[in-house]
Amino acid sequence: MAFWDYANPTRFLRLVQVVLPWLIGFCVLAFAAGLYMAFFTAPEDYQQGNTVRIMYIHVPAAWLCMMCYTVMSISSIGTLVWKHPLADVSAKSAAPIGAAFTFMALVTGSLWGKPMWGTYWVWDARLTSVLVLLIMYLGLMTLWRTMDDPIKAGKSAAILTLVGALNLPIIKFSVDWWNTLHQPASVVRMDGPTIHADILWPLLIMAVAFTLLFFVLHLMAMRNEILRRRVRALRMRAASVSRPGTAAATAQPAE
Amino acid sequence: MELGTHAGFIIASYALCILTVLVLVAWVRIDKANQERALKELAEQGISRARREHESR
Repeated sequence: MAFWDYANPTRFLRLVQVVLPWLIGFCVLAFAAGLYMAFFTAPEDYQQGNTVRIMYIHVPAAWLCMMCYTVMSISSIGTLVWKHPLADVSAKSAAPIGAAFTFMALVTGSLWGKPMWGTYWVWDARLTSVLVLLIMYLGLMTLWRTMDDPIKAGKSAAILTLVGALNLPIIKFSVDWWNTLHQPASVVRMDGPTIHADILWPLLIMAVAFTLLFFVLHLMAMRNEILRRRVRALRMRAASVSRPGTAAATAQPAE
Repeated sequence: MELGTHAGFIIASYALCILTVLVLVAWVRIDKANQERALKELAEQGISRARREHESR
């Protein structure tokens, strides 16, 4: 069976049923290892003390909020260019998860900023661009809810998502382009990480755990969205049978 | 373990993340139950994908 065969929602649901228990298992193991290392093997930072432990959730949440938007952008291309039956389902399902990761990144960053910077919030380029990302997620979620027709909503949301993707390089390079209170990149750098291995490894394992959590939640949310579209299609069919000519059933993607 | 003078900030950060993840998990589980219930109710009324596929043959 070719990879593209999983574009069929029924086959995709079967795949989810098989893959999900394994993903959940690996996710729990990664969180157990990451949290153990974050609290019991990683040392205190020589300047920040124990507050460095907030980094083990703040940085993965920040990475994931950008990765989630990247997934939505790729899905949006799939919706607009190839009209892939699962692309719109993927984008719509990822939005609330991305919003949650962005919220986590912003709030844990605030709670880390107060003891280190002396303030919960400053309007610097990194913080502001991440706040813009949260507003974009909320706007996209609202757009999907305001339109009855999932095909029209999917196309409009795909265009808006791709316009919003311009914010991703701004978030990433904001600390290089402008003077910010937020520190510059210290892991993903051309000259390699500047963090000691004792702190870097727990961070990377927590990043793997967060990534697995994203995929678990995304697959579960996609499954729900496919079921929701099936319910809608069946209700429309029932309405058109009971009142012929009054309900115009439209073809639904991922039905 | 000793978290020092800023323990409140560390605990609040982790508590908030755990709460957010729990809300996400609850959302997907409740949503799944709602959609499955809706499909079951439709099937009880004789409206199902299996019947549609049968009719289309």
